[in-house]
Amino acid sequence: MARESTLTNMVVTLFAVCLVSAALLGGLYALTAEPIAAAQTAKINTAIGGVVPAFDNAPSAEKFTVEANGKTSTVYPATKGGEAVGYAIEASSSAGFGGNITLMVGFLPDGTIHGTSVISHAETPGLGAKISDSGSHFVTQFQGKNPADPNFKFAVKKDGGSFDAITASTITSRAYIDVLNNAYNAFLNINKSEEAQQN
Amino acid sequence: MSKLSLITKGIIKENPTFVLVLGMCPTLGTTTSAINGLGMGLATTFVLILSNMVISAIASLIPSKVKIPCYIVVIASLVTVLQFVMQAYVPSLYETLGLFIPLIVVNCIVLGRAEAFACKNSVIDSALDGIGIGLGFSIALTAIGFVRELLGGLSVFGNKLCDGDGMLAFVLAPGAFLVLGYLMVLFNKAKAK
Repeated sequence: MARESTLTNMVVTLFAVCLVSAALLGGLYALTAEPIAAAQTAKINTAIGGVVPAFDNAPSAEKFTVEANGKTSTVYPATKGGEAVGYAIEASSSAGFGGNITLMVGFLPDGTIHGTSVISHAETPGLGAKISDSGSHFVTQFQGKNPADPNFKFAVKKDGGSFDAITASTITSRAYIDVLNNAYNAFLNINKSEEAQQN
Repeated sequence: MSKLSLITKGIIKENPTFVLVLGMCPTLGTTTSAINGLGMGLATTFVLILSNMVISAIASLIPSKVKIPCYIVVIASLVTVLQFVMQAYVPSLYETLGLFIPLIVVNCIVLGRAEAFACKNSVIDSALDGIGIGLGFSIALTAIGFVRELLGGLSVFGNKLCDGDGMLAFVLAPGAFLVLGYLMVLFNKAKAK
């Protein structure tokens, strides 16, 4: 059974237990750091592949960040044979019901939304979490829409916009569209910075 | 006590969820679907088996006044091991369970078995106890998840049975309490017979 406690053996035992645990975790961290990074890159790459047309470069290797309205978004440019075919923009909004919603939004070079994919969210399962359901009407209604087109207002119908919200999840739907707007603002700033370079 | 009964008592007589009513936080939080419940149950089982074995092996070396801190360090390390491994090899499951994995550290089932069983029994018996309690927990979580998913989302293990929205309340927190309560009644009624 348990030994009697003296100051020395308590300190020594705790020290030994912590030392062994720390060494074990340090070693394991070194072993898994690479697969963890690979899994995260794979996730980003899958998301990019799902939201822009076919490309032949490595968008995650050419990523850069763009500032728009005080928000920083990451842009992954997709090119085919040197021609830009689209931009995947990772943008987020903190207006979600459960905190941050981060999406990968794919734009064609003219600004039309090609596809969207959820990177992370903390919305309510069964309600707001439906944004991850990639085939649902809520998600597909944005495809092929251009935020610059005056026929569409990027807001939910309740707020006078052109898009349906998810039933009982208006806050999540607003936040989702907020992310799209953030991504579009970032997209506009890419073109500005490119024009600035050309001039 | 026979080896087999060490396992079965964790599933029926001392079922952690329905009889001991321990570990309610992950039980209510992760059971929005059967697959999440199963994932959480198996993750806890993994930690429980290893922590029971390690603690039963080192229990005689630990001075009694520092045993709780030592157990917690052991459990926390094992949970972090699990977290690294899941993040590296099953990232999708890690994402769904995300927040609840670190909380296994403070799951009272794990510390409870360390205190009540592992520190007084052999390594092998402790491993069997871990398997039994872990399976009992996994089965309970999967059952709750199954019922909530079925009533709330009209689907079974992620497969939609028919169109429609189901009873939303069952996916949300109140449904977790209702389902847990009713299953507990049924379980104890069946056990009493």
